[in-house]
Amino acid sequence: MEGPAAVTQTQQAQAQQAQARQAAAEQARGEQGPGEQPAGPAAAGMPDLLYGETENELRAAVRDLLADRAGPAAVLARTETAQTYDTALWHALAADLGCAGLLIPESHGGAGATYREAAVVAEEIGRSVASVPYLGSAVVATTAAVAAGDDELLAGLAAGTTTAALAMPFPADPEAVPAATVRVGALRDGDPAGTYRLSGTVTGLIDALPADVLLVPADGVPFGLYAVSAGDEGVTRAPVVSLDMTRQLCDLTLDGAAGRRIAAGQEAERAMAAALAAGAAMLASEQLGLADKCLEMTVAYVKERRQFARPVGSFQALKHRLADLWVGVTQARAAARYAAACLAAGDPDTAVAIALAKAACSDIAVRASQESIQLHGGIGFTWEHPAHLYLKRAKSGLIGFGTPDRHRASLASLADLPAPGSRGGAR
Amino acid sequence: MLDGTSHGAGGTGPALTADDLRGQVRGFLAVHDPAATPRPDFLRARFDAGLAWVHYPPGLGGQGLPRALQSAVDAAFAAGGAPGNNPERIGIGLGMAAPTILAFGTEEQKRRWLRPLWTGEEIWCQLFSEPGAGSDLAGLATRAVHNPQGGGWTATGQKVWTSSAHIARWGLLVTRTDPDVPKHKGMTYFAVDMTAPGVEVRPLRQITGEAEFNEVFLSDVPIPDADRIGDVGAGWQVATATLMNERVAIGGAAIPREGGMIGSAVRTWRKQPELRTPGMHDRLLRLWADAEVARLAGERLRQQLAAGQPGPEGSAAKLVFARLNQEISELEVELAGEDGLRYDDWTMRRPARASFYGRDPGYRYLRARGNSNEGGTSEILRNIIAERVLGLPPEIRLDKDVPWKDLPR
Repeated sequence: MEGPAAVTQTQQAQAQQAQARQAAAEQARGEQGPGEQPAGPAAAGMPDLLYGETENELRAAVRDLLADRAGPAAVLARTETAQTYDTALWHALAADLGCAGLLIPESHGGAGATYREAAVVAEEIGRSVASVPYLGSAVVATTAAVAAGDDELLAGLAAGTTTAALAMPFPADPEAVPAATVRVGALRDGDPAGTYRLSGTVTGLIDALPADVLLVPADGVPFGLYAVSAGDEGVTRAPVVSLDMTRQLCDLTLDGAAGRRIAAGQEAERAMAAALAAGAAMLASEQLGLADKCLEMTVAYVKERRQFARPVGSFQALKHRLADLWVGVTQARAAARYAAACLAAGDPDTAVAIALAKAACSDIAVRASQESIQLHGGIGFTWEHPAHLYLKRAKSGLIGFGTPDRHRASLASLADLPAPGSRGGAR
Repeated sequence: MLDGTSHGAGGTGPALTADDLRGQVRGFLAVHDPAATPRPDFLRARFDAGLAWVHYPPGLGGQGLPRALQSAVDAAFAAGGAPGNNPERIGIGLGMAAPTILAFGTEEQKRRWLRPLWTGEEIWCQLFSEPGAGSDLAGLATRAVHNPQGGGWTATGQKVWTSSAHIARWGLLVTRTDPDVPKHKGMTYFAVDMTAPGVEVRPLRQITGEAEFNEVFLSDVPIPDADRIGDVGAGWQVATATLMNERVAIGGAAIPREGGMIGSAVRTWRKQPELRTPGMHDRLLRLWADAEVARLAGERLRQQLAAGQPGPEGSAAKLVFARLNQEISELEVELAGEDGLRYDDWTMRRPARASFYGRDPGYRYLRARGNSNEGGTSEILRNIIAERVLGLPPEIRLDKDVPWKDLPR
């Protein structure tokens, strides 16, 4: 990684770019006749959709580590142990490679990088389906903590010594944040100032099993986001037998657990919305990496596997399916890069970009993992072969942070494509 | 460099910036007043100043600079009120002929052809497909025979689906020159003078009622050896290079959001709430999302080219473009309701250039059917992706090592 100064300059430049783009888009709208206006940025204002040198270097470092420590046999074996998360690998990724602090400003001990770099790490994790809480801690909880500006939490997250998880069901959609299911209750005798007592249940959390800190949205006066120590009295995490055991869910029950409020009211709502948006965008990149790896594995297999005295990959029926899959991956890559770039720059088109990326990448990931099983034939249906790990991770990820259908439905308002019976579409 | 915005691209000589080039354009405009200079003279002078296509070599309209710098030059000329070379009218010349001539032409050919090509004084067309050679282009049968005395060639055969042939001065012609060797080895590539004796151009009417394309009949057409592009027998390699450029050109124009066919469909949707049904809404949302993602992928492809990192993604762009145009126009005809049963005009016409717009949805629906065949069928593109991008084993072939004349026809 380059020096912190370069990172900060880049963020500034990206923010300026985004402003210029917004101005250009507004100007373009002004110049067009009614009914002809484009809904988004002009082509001239398109952010960089390629991978830069730093991103390529980061990718290589993460890929090396995961190849060494999270090969298919190791990942499969871990799903059958009591500790499904690989905390040693997570520490190496988080602290040694610095991936935990990518999104944290240097002033708080982080790398001050952007979602562009964070997305590349997510792609690599998608390729290996490694069981590490990167998405839940380094992306979602970290985004919430940065938005809340919580110094204490950020210091631990940046150093990789604290792992955190947002207490929201995995399917929570950034365009329709679900209501809190935890309530702030009465204090106990002797509670120090600044302590709150939380009770309630949240189901289907990702990356909470290895977490030290849980960020819990809770109703009260006002609504707030609270940091709860996972090991405290009154905190119960029940592991869920999950479709995807490489990212095992848990159900959280709080029974008068002590919490520290890190954001309240609108600030807390903004922090949660930002966290879910970042989660959806970075999960899209993870799904892209997963799809790319499924395609790669399947292409390699059909070149080797022989039936009818020839490689099965020489049959046109299979070649065309794989070509279509490759096309889908190239399309999804553009969408994922656009979402990461928009998020990095605070672009006004970010909500559209995330909806497009999550829909495209989740669809292609599931399709690629399903094609992988089909084209691997019998071996692809065995427990021993890793293809099922990809299928399960892809399908669970499709539901995570909003299904493709939900994201496309959000375009109805974001892009003025009104549903039947609604009154929109005047423009 | 963290964000990857400045990738090195292969220029030679001192590193000129966009600002330097804007300065050159200002200097040029100071000497050649666009308002007072006839358009052809202006364009020729612009070419000679190396400001036509800066990535071309010096002396051939360029300065050997990265291709990415061209947009600054074009913008500076447009801002200065300069006449353009109407790139849509000369798309085949710019997109296919010029890169082929640059890569395979002799110095004399480059000097002779590139300037009038770029200024639009000479239009080019592409004489590749034949009635018996569509996807299997290498099976083509148009013969060119070398004249023992005089050294030139004589071409005879039939070409089809040739756009612009009726207004073209030159045609990119692939011929069979040696029927006794396997088909890929016996071809030779020429530029044929479309005004030469023996060249007959007839319109080819299509399912939309009009004729964008032509059939071209070649009867003992004389071609000087000086107009041969590439070596005798190397026609397939040259033709392949032309086709790769065609695929980039067809999938590749930059457009704003809703700038393509999806824009037409969503404008109807917004204006006419009574047409909306849940099923159509779902299709519209999917197509809008897919079209926008395809647009982003096109932008990414352009960024790769500008950064000097061309990838194989151009083949993907063409496949997606064809599918989207077809599905969007299918939806649009249904959205039109009773109007979808009408058609604006079946009159046989010769459009100056094909455009999806300014016509009814029915026209777009019919015209889009051609998108998955013209410039390489979607099936052949999938073969190419599978074999050249993914490295899958080639089809088992019965025609590779057999002399062309012995192939069953």
